[in-house]
Parts: sequence; C-alpha cells; structure tokens
Amino acid sequence: MDINLVAVASQALNQVSHDFWPIMPELFLLTAASIVLILDVFSTDLDRKLTYNLSQFILLVTGIMIVFQFPSSQDFLYHRHFIHDPLSATLKISMVVLTGIALMFARPYILQRRILRGEYYLLHLFALLGMMLLVSGSSLLSLYLGLELMSLCLYALVAMNRREKLSAEAAVKYFVMGAIASGFILYGISFVYGVTGKIHVADIAAFLNDNEASLTLRFALVFIVTGLAFKFGAVPFQMWVPDVYHGAPTSTTVFLASAPKVAAFGLAIRILVFGFAGALIDWQSLLIILAVLSMVVGNLVALAQTNIKRLLAYSAIAHIGYFLLGFIAGNTQGYTASLFYILTYAITSLGGFGCLIYMAKGQQEVSQIDDLKGLGQRNPWAGLLVSFLFLSMAGLPPFVGFWAKLEVIKAVLNVDGLIWLALVAAFMSIIGLFYYLKVVKVIFFDKAENDTRIRAERSLRLGLGITSISVIALGLFPSQLLEFCKQAFQYI
Amino acid sequence: MNLEAIIFYFFSAITIVAAIGVITVKNSVQAVLCLVLTFFSAAALWLLLEAEFLAITLVLVYVGAVMVLFLFVVMMLDVDFAAMKQGFAKHLPLGILVGAGLFGAIYWVIRFEVFGSDKVAEPAKHTQDYSNVEELGRLLYSEYFYPFEIAGVILLVAIIAAISLTFRGRRDRKGQSVREQHQVLKEERLKIVSMKSEKIDSGDDS
Repeated sequence: MDINLVAVASQALNQVSHDFWPIMPELFLLTAASIVLILDVFSTDLDRKLTYNLSQFILLVTGIMIVFQFPSSQDFLYHRHFIHDPLSATLKISMVVLTGIALMFARPYILQRRILRGEYYLLHLFALLGMMLLVSGSSLLSLYLGLELMSLCLYALVAMNRREKLSAEAAVKYFVMGAIASGFILYGISFVYGVTGKIHVADIAAFLNDNEASLTLRFALVFIVTGLAFKFGAVPFQMWVPDVYHGAPTSTTVFLASAPKVAAFGLAIRILVFGFAGALIDWQSLLIILAVLSMVVGNLVALAQTNIKRLLAYSAIAHIGYFLLGFIAGNTQGYTASLFYILTYAITSLGGFGCLIYMAKGQQEVSQIDDLKGLGQRNPWAGLLVSFLFLSMAGLPPFVGFWAKLEVIKAVLNVDGLIWLALVAAFMSIIGLFYYLKVVKVIFFDKAENDTRIRAERSLRLGLGITSISVIALGLFPSQLLEFCKQAFQYI
Repeated sequence: MNLEAIIFYFFSAITIVAAIGVITVKNSVQAVLCLVLTFFSAAALWLLLEAEFLAITLVLVYVGAVMVLFLFVVMMLDVDFAAMKQGFAKHLPLGILVGAGLFGAIYWVIRFEVFGSDKVAEPAKHTQDYSNVEELGRLLYSEYFYPFEIAGVILLVAIIAAISLTFRGRRDRKGQSVREQHQVLKEERLKIVSMKSEKIDSGDDS
C-alpha cells in the first residue's frame, strides 16, 4: 500500500473525529445565552437584574474557559473552518473582558431609559459570540458568517432607542453602510473562489505561493480591503462613523467602539495575513492610502468638533489610521504592534465613551465639550480619571497610548522607504494633541457653570476606574501586555 | 444549437429584460412583479446546472414567500416616488460614469480570456441516479456543518432583534436608583438659612 495513501487516510480520519473541547467557550456562550433568553421572558423583574447578573456570570465563565484551554499549538478543526491558536484565544479573552466592562457601563444607562430590556444584554452576548467565531474563522465562509452575526447584533443595538430621531437615523445609516460593506466583502470572496476554487484561507495562501496573484485576484482584494475599511471606519469610508457614534445610545457606542474593533482586527489578520500574505505588496499600498487619509482627515476634522461624542468618533477614525501602520509594516513585529494598539485603544475608548455615561445627570447626557467645564473642581477624582483617558488617546507618556503609538511607528520605521509614513504619523499625533488637551483644559481650568454634583452608580465608578487605572498601569508596565501580544503571533 | 443552449438563451434573455424592468418601470408593484420574473427565470437557469433543489427552493422561498410579502409591503407603504427621483438628472452623468467604469473593470477581470471555457472546465454531467438534495444534505451536515450552525444562530439573532425592536408594550417605567439616592448629600435636600431673630412687639407670650 502506498504510504501517501495511508497519510491521506489518517488525515481524513483526523478531520472527521470531532473534538469539541476547543469550541467549548462558544458552545457554552450560545447555550447559556439561549437559556437566559427564555428565563428573561418569564422573569417578572422589571429591572432585569437577573438577566444582567446572569449575563455577567456567563461572560466570566466563558472567559475562564478560554483561559483554561489556551492553546499551545495551531489546530485547524471542523473541516478546517475553525482555527484554534494563541491568536484567537488572545483576542477572545480581550473581547470577553471588554464586553463585560461595556455591560457595566450599559446597566445604569438603560436602567433609566426606555431601552431597558433583557435582550439588550443578550444581544451583547450574541455579538460577542459572533466576534469569537470571527476571530477563529479559518475559511472565508466562517469568517463572513461570524462577521454577519456580529454586525446583525450591532445593528439591533444601535436601533434600540428607535423613538429617538437621531438614533433611528444612526441605525439606518449603520445598517445600510454595513450591508454595503458586507456586500463588497462577499463580492470579493466570490472572485477569490472563482479564481482559486478554494474557500479556506490556508488553501488560498498555498495557491498564492504557487501562482502569481492574477489581476482578477488583485481586483477581488480591492473589494475585500474596501469592505474591511468600511467596517473599521477608515477614510474614505468613514462617513457613517460620526453619525452612528453620535446617534446611537451612548451605552451602545461604548460597546461599538471597543470589542468590535478588536474583532475587525482579527478579520483583517485572518484574511490579509493568513490568506493573502502572498499579495502583501498589493494590500500594503491600499492600506497606506487608507492610513494616511485616516490620520489626516480624522485629526483635522476632530479639531473643529464641539460635540464630545463626535470628537471621539473622529478621534476613532484617526486611531484606525495609526493602527493600520502596523499592518503596513507587513511583518510579525508590525502585527504585534497593531494588536497592542487596538487592544489599548479599545480599553481607552471604552473609558472615553463610558465617562460620558458617568457624567450624565439623570436622563440628561453630556454632549458638548463645554459641559465638562469645572469637572476638575467639582469632582477632582473623576476629572483626573477622565483626563487620564484623554491623555492616553493623545499619546502622552506615561500613559499606554504613548507606547502603542511608539510601537506602530517603530514597526514602520523598520521598513525601507516608509520613513515618510512614520513622519506623517508623528506630525498628525502632534496636531491631535491639540484637541485632546483642549478637553483636559476644559476639565481643569475652566470655571464651572453650575455646581451639580455627579451621582454615579457603583458599576459606573468601577468601570471608569478600571479603564482609567489600567490605562496608566499599562503605561507604566507595558512589557506584560506586549509579551501577551507577541505570543499570539508565534505561528505566523 | 442544441436544446440546452436554446433554453439557456431564452431564460437568460428573460432574466436580463426583467432585471432592467425592475429598475425602470414606474409602478412599484410592477417592479416587484418584474423581480419575481427575474427570480423565476434564474431558477430555470439553475435547473440547467442540475441544481434542482436550489431552483425549487428559490421559487418556493423567494418567489412564493419573500416576494409576496414584499408585494404587500410595497402596496401598504405610501412611497413618494417624485421626491425619490429628485436630483436624478443632476447625478445622472456621474452615475453613468461610475457605473460604466465599474462595469468595464469587472468585465475586464472576468472576460473570456480569464474565465473562458478553455480555462475553467465544464462540470461533469451527473448520472440519472444522482440526487441533488442528497448531495447537498451530505455536504451541509458533514463538511460544512460548522458554517451551517452559525447560519442558524444568525437566524436566531434576527428573530431576537426583530421582536425586541418591534415590541410595542409599555416601556416607560419609572424606576428608582437606590444607589444614586444613597449618594444624596444633606445640603442638597435641606437648606439651612441663617436669619436674624426678630422681636415681635405685640408680645403676648410675656
């Protein structure tokens, strides 16, 4: 008997035997969320306290499960639609934590408003499930389905406050833009399948190893990168970002600006690096355009904003620009820097949007920058925590934002011919300093117009505390998180 | 030209004409009916590809259920088409330019030299005892069970989202936040005003 045949047979046997341990966190999350969904229907508790507590408990157990089955190798499972490697586990842990903190911010916010309902928490869980499936997708099919699962939950979360005109507008915009982006990605995928006949990213990588990337394949790549840029909110596909961030309920914006960004990073790394590493030159040049435009437009337009949610939205666009620098570097160091950047940014923006809920007075939300006047005098401790977040976004040492920017710029500097890009990034972050420092100035040096005291719920104080303290703690000791990011990429 | 080619060209022509009809006819109900015709002739094309199950599903699900529902929606909605057509003439040149450019680019990358019948082999014809349903089921429940399950979860989420967004029950509950009430300071509730004590002349308390 041919030895080859034996190898093939044993490989086939391996593929058929299904070990469900690697996908246990996802299975648990899905089952538990479905059970809570039914419990929620029969619950008479108007405050939905049970649903909230159970949701947090589910997140905790899911997180513990992921930690316990942290993989030490790279495995392709379930007919190679699922990949189980340190990268996916790393991303999953961070997304679970981010979702947990986002729910902590959401709880007091929706408690006072008409959007209080059990599904609000459960949609977070299903969105998390989509993100977890997304980051461990290893075929274009499972990646796309994970993306859709996540997006569908996010559309519903944005639309939750549908009686409010701004919210409804944001929801429609987000839905239409998201659908177009998904259409672009799908159209690109159809071309890829047409040319290569493969649906698994590893097969596509092998195809690109043997063959030159044809024009059709590069054309498909343009569609996929465009779809990704839509999802990231990179210029020139950023139109929806300010309106959606502004119009959505603040608690949804908190979530929207954190964990899904990490998931989008996972999607980009799975498609571009795991699948299209052979076409690096092609997507690199596309990303350079996106990165430069995002940094320039995001920072310059943010200067003119008076609404704090829109300011943070434009700052998010600018941050995506910096974040893309790591991808552009096109090596493991760059990807590590990008992961580090997106993780720290997710924490910071979680706190940045969360502090708006923290400072709200009853139903009345903080919308203008001027509303922050005198926060430092009225409530010095809160003022300090909020300014930590803004200073970190600005990229000042000793906050973690500084190390993140430093890492991505270092990654780009190591690539020949891209020094100008590093200079653009450095210059734009100096411009960015202006509007972040303006917020800090308003907090500490402007006279308060009224002296209402902040009365925030315990979970809000805890959420703001965690994000803000971690921003400075990680800034003082960045090496642990950097190591954590590095080990994720040991199999590239 | 054999029979298969004649059927193919017949239904292809109907698909294209009906698809153009969808976006050109003025009456929206007629547009929906055009879309039904497009789906129907596309189903016929799928039959030619020996994908009977998919063809039947397309007719049953899309034509039979989704489009009929869509027809109801279109009839019920009072869409102001005059307002929708505003700015049509203004944006027409740009639209044509972008459309032509995109069409040219797509045509160029999938032209005959790239995807011609000499590059991509014709799929083998199946024997008579080949079952499309069986094959599809085998693939969905073995090789693609993982994506298939995720698709199921997506449908579940769609149900949750739809119910949650259209729920019309009472939401305007008045809750109280005990934790927030605990943080109230005495000064905010009770105002102590210092006043001069005054003497009252007509003292009867003497």
